[in-house]
Amino acid sequence: MSETPSIERRRRWLSVLARAPGARLQALWYALGATPSHIVLRRPEIGLVMVQGRISGTGAAFCAGEMTVTRAAVRLDSGELGFGYVRGRDTHHAETVAVVDALGQRADWTARLEAELVAPLVREAEARHRLIAARAAATKVDFFTVAREAGT
Amino acid sequence: MYVAVKGGETAIAHSLELLADKRRGDREVAELSLEQIDQQLGLAVDRVMTEGSCYDRGLASLAIKQARGDLIEAIFLLRAYRTTLPRFGASEPLDTTHMVAERRISSTFKDVPGGQVLGPTYDYTHRLLDFALAASGERPSAATAPAEPTDRLPRVGDILQRDGLLEPPPARTAAEAQDLTRQPLVLPADRPLRLQNLARGDEGFLLALGYSTQRGYGNNHPFVGEIRYGHVPVSFVPEELGFAIEIGEIEVTECDMVNQFAGSHDVPPQFTRGYGLAFGHAERKAMAMALVDRALRAGELGEAANSPAQDEEFVLAHSDNVEGSGFVQHLKLPHYVDFQSELVVVRALRAEAEKRREQTVLSQAAE
Repeated sequence: MSETPSIERRRRWLSVLARAPGARLQALWYALGATPSHIVLRRPEIGLVMVQGRISGTGAAFCAGEMTVTRAAVRLDSGELGFGYVRGRDTHHAETVAVVDALGQRADWTARLEAELVAPLVREAEARHRLIAARAAATKVDFFTVAREAGT
Repeated sequence: MYVAVKGGETAIAHSLELLADKRRGDREVAELSLEQIDQQLGLAVDRVMTEGSCYDRGLASLAIKQARGDLIEAIFLLRAYRTTLPRFGASEPLDTTHMVAERRISSTFKDVPGGQVLGPTYDYTHRLLDFALAASGERPSAATAPAEPTDRLPRVGDILQRDGLLEPPPARTAAEAQDLTRQPLVLPADRPLRLQNLARGDEGFLLALGYSTQRGYGNNHPFVGEIRYGHVPVSFVPEELGFAIEIGEIEVTECDMVNQFAGSHDVPPQFTRGYGLAFGHAERKAMAMALVDRALRAGELGEAANSPAQDEEFVLAHSDNVEGSGFVQHLKLPHYVDFQSELVVVRALRAEAEKRREQTVLSQAAE
């Protein structure tokens, strides 16, 4: 499936924005100062997504259980539509994601949002994952099977 | 049979007030916050999310607080709440191979690629009460070590599968998995449907069934191929967008259990598998689920199915603690009419028995 660069960018941004802590995204958003106004097309709505797993991790899919998700849809006064889907019940988070998604489609905003909003969130997500991996790495062990390695 | 009754409104209202009062407990003791439950009773939250079948730490924490720590009651509350929410759709299946793992162990390969990573585990504690925890105070932060910059943890199953020693999992299909919350359970159920039932199932029930297989009631010689716990993104295709985006990250535990061989005319002997997946960090649950999943495959693998854990109808119909709790606890509701009719019957039977006894005595006396 070939994708236009714009879809690829939106996919990346929406994922980064959804995975960011809601409060952190909000802080970065307010730090941008004045932003174009928008109207809410769909009031943020809380619902469920059925999470699917795979048998043995790689096989056929099965329903593992649901998760709460909040979604929102907005339109900028300049016409762009934006959508936000985030895990949990943070309605501000979903609406802000939708506004950033819409604004990101405007050539005059893309670079600034990338630099001041998306890039810091990517760095912070990587740092969170690095910390998890580093703490786990400290618990890595080598077990010795005593009988065999002692040659008895 | 339960027959509806009226009245008792005032008593019920007062009972609810008393319950709320007991929930709060001694007012001199600080009230629990949901954040405290989430952060400091996290494994209880994990269990409520798993068996409540709804991943939301805040809701699960609230349910635990409301239920005063009764986890089955909390699971019931979460299940009831989820029915009030619309369904947006189903996620793309999780990719646990690319998990940011906090823990990953294998009991089949010492030198498993990626290493044995203990993570936060009770396995190596001495199970001695730690009275230091009875006092409050700052705790040290966990140590860190340089981590290999890889986002992909090789799967033990893939290694064995490459050599044909392990059966591959059932092939992926284009169709969306069947969903028990959308359609009633029809037996025999296929494996994805059984796994959904087990994923929601009561940990204690599955633990006992899994244990029973180890003790010989349907034994299939399990080894922990791999257990991993960590963070995975959830991908979803919103209808407005038409392409997949990640909508958040969740924590899951999975267990891929390796079991004794099966083979046939066409397939040489190979290890078989059972699988378990739970929200949060829930190894006992994931392991028990994997044992029972494997036991329920007895028919498919041509094994004799004489034990409870291998009986699909028995297992799937009794795994749900919300249903079980409801049916057991409904016995507390007024059964007055029902019991009155039983009383009439037992009095009549006793009178008849008494008459028979008197007649026997009389006839013996006459002889």
